[in-house]
Amino acid sequence: MESQLPAEFAVNVDHEKCRRCKRCVINCSFGAIEFKDKVTPNSRLCVACHRCATFCPENAITITENPLDYKYGYNWTPEIRKNILKQAESGGIILTGMGNPKPYPIYWDHMLIDACQVTNPSIDPLREPMELRTYLGAKPDSLEFDENISLATELAPQVKLDIPIVFAAMSYGAISLNAHKALAMAATRMGTLMNTGEGGMHEDIAPYADRIIVQVASGRFGVTSKYLNRSAAVEIKIGQGAKPGIGGHLPGEKVGEDISKTRMIPVGTDALSPAPHHDIYSIEDLSQLIYAIKEATDYKKPVSVKIAAVHNVAAIASGIVRAGADIVMLDGFRGGTGAAPMVIRDHVGIPIELALAAVDDRLRQEGIRNRASILVGGSIRQSADVVKAIALGADACVIGTASLIAMGCRVCQKCYTGNCAWGIATQKPELVRRLNPEVAADRLCNLLIAWGHEIQEVLGSLGINAIESLRGSRERLRGVGLPQETLDILGIKHAGIGQ
Amino acid sequence: MIIVRIDAKGMHYRQLNKIIRDAVASGEKEFELDNIGGQRYIGGGLNESVKITINGTPGNDLGVFMNGPKIIVNANAQDGIANTMNAGEIIVHGNVGDIIGYGMRGGKLYIKGDAGYRVGIHMKEYKKQVPVIIAGGTAGDFFGEYMAGGIMILLGMNGKSPLVGDYVGTGMHGGVIYIRGKVDPFNLGKEVSCLELSEEDTKLIGGYLKEYCEYFGFDYDEVMGGKFTKLVPLSIRPYGNLYVY
Repeated sequence: MESQLPAEFAVNVDHEKCRRCKRCVINCSFGAIEFKDKVTPNSRLCVACHRCATFCPENAITITENPLDYKYGYNWTPEIRKNILKQAESGGIILTGMGNPKPYPIYWDHMLIDACQVTNPSIDPLREPMELRTYLGAKPDSLEFDENISLATELAPQVKLDIPIVFAAMSYGAISLNAHKALAMAATRMGTLMNTGEGGMHEDIAPYADRIIVQVASGRFGVTSKYLNRSAAVEIKIGQGAKPGIGGHLPGEKVGEDISKTRMIPVGTDALSPAPHHDIYSIEDLSQLIYAIKEATDYKKPVSVKIAAVHNVAAIASGIVRAGADIVMLDGFRGGTGAAPMVIRDHVGIPIELALAAVDDRLRQEGIRNRASILVGGSIRQSADVVKAIALGADACVIGTASLIAMGCRVCQKCYTGNCAWGIATQKPELVRRLNPEVAADRLCNLLIAWGHEIQEVLGSLGINAIESLRGSRERLRGVGLPQETLDILGIKHAGIGQ
Repeated sequence: MIIVRIDAKGMHYRQLNKIIRDAVASGEKEFELDNIGGQRYIGGGLNESVKITINGTPGNDLGVFMNGPKIIVNANAQDGIANTMNAGEIIVHGNVGDIIGYGMRGGKLYIKGDAGYRVGIHMKEYKKQVPVIIAGGTAGDFFGEYMAGGIMILLGMNGKSPLVGDYVGTGMHGGVIYIRGKVDPFNLGKEVSCLELSEEDTKLIGGYLKEYCEYFGFDYDEVMGGKFTKLVPLSIRPYGNLYVY
């Protein structure tokens, strides 16, 4: 069927400036630029990934939204109309990538952080020690000491983080091996963690295994006892913020030789990870898998359970902690994905800020908050978000999209096509080569170093010298422009109210 | 050969499995566990080719993440046997519960009697690692759901009806199922097709069934004399056309 869909973007080439080097033609992985006597864009195929414009030595390329006005309709937005056209032409579920782009409220941006003035001195992080270190894992209810005052309580396994920011679970398959290598190298250098996602662990990143969380999802790809033991921690993936209640689906065309080896499935087959683990229909079943993993790892690895933030998240998290998890990973509805149905990504789940506050509250009320660490993700965009999340009660934050942007991602939301021009969300060797793992690891480290400094500045202004002193300290947050009910859920006062 | 005998009466699984793990680490090769009553995770995560004989009914997740041992159960067994098992053998002289062989990627699981729901779901194969499940009796719904590889054989030797439940092979995109008897198309998932056995098929299942019959004392000729139905996936990409970009 001939498509009636208009082009989303307009690519403009300034032929005065262009010296016909064809770099743009080579760099465009979506086939949107050809050379016919001169550089000739096919705007219809452009996804605004900026690869051509970035590499044009003459700055001769500009990309704009296609200036195509639609008859005004507040209700029938151009996006909705285009989606209907697409579906009328195909009968398919609209697939998309990255996180929810819709203008839902972002509560981080309605929370402000306290600072010290006069009566409670701030601390200068430039000359005072400022600790960002924290530990993930179950903490004991109480501590006992023997007669020599050494610790007698047996501690559950702990993972040390030098900075409370962990790289999010992104599978080898969804992203390239070079991206995985960069994340693993950066995590090792920065004393934090990366997460394999559910696609197994490629041998090339195995040397970094003690800085890697390995994931177990419903498809059990690449899961062996060796895989479980070669890790910093093991994570059971129940859900993902971008697609709560929806599973993973790596299309067969992405399952090449190397992916096949890592996932331990034949080349070319779909890698299906349906949403439910069909052996987990209850908290008791979840507990069974948690302890199966603990048995297989001789109780040496913390076990994390990752869920999407949904309406009843607090009760579910309580069940997860009671089931024996050492870490609860909460993923908010703005979290990213390599591929998800748009209807789910944009309309299902709840914001991480509210989920985190609700879960931390619930676990405290039940007296079990110490039994598990809380990791939160789902659009942590900047160091301020990390500080606010920890003040709300998180132990550490998880960054996915931010780490991809650091490596070069332009958030064009075409991850599922496998054509990523930046070598990140692709398996095509000629594209993967574009991402130098060493350079990408440096960029990731720089981002964490920068955020680390910023967090230290904020801690100093708060008059505290350790990130653990901030955890759950909601008194240091104030809301602006939020209704009372939201403030109550977040457990914070409105700005302008003193102590 | 010294057999390590453990009386597991009233013992918590954590203690039992620790004893086994430590003994395996110190080089023990053969175990006999008496008075087993529901202890979970026996053989879980073991990578060595040890032999474990179980007298009594083991609990859930027998042989989970197992990678090499041979386990013989002289009774019924419960749910989740051979969960994500990579290699080894489990032989059950009785019936088993639900979700057996979940995500199983290698080794053999031979059951004398019936199996419950969701047998062999997400079972997959990789190169020479081809998992095999054979059950001598009947099985419940969702037999081979999301199956991505491996071989499952259901024999129905006890003559019970129905032979297999609904949704056989739903979402199946790899592997092969052989059922000794007729399966009503009504019971099949949308993603499978029914075929006659070829000579290679007969040879393939014959090899496994010979071994199977020796374990349980079934008559090989009688087993092979039955009429088998072969189920294979229609596509290795069942949901390839569901999406639009």
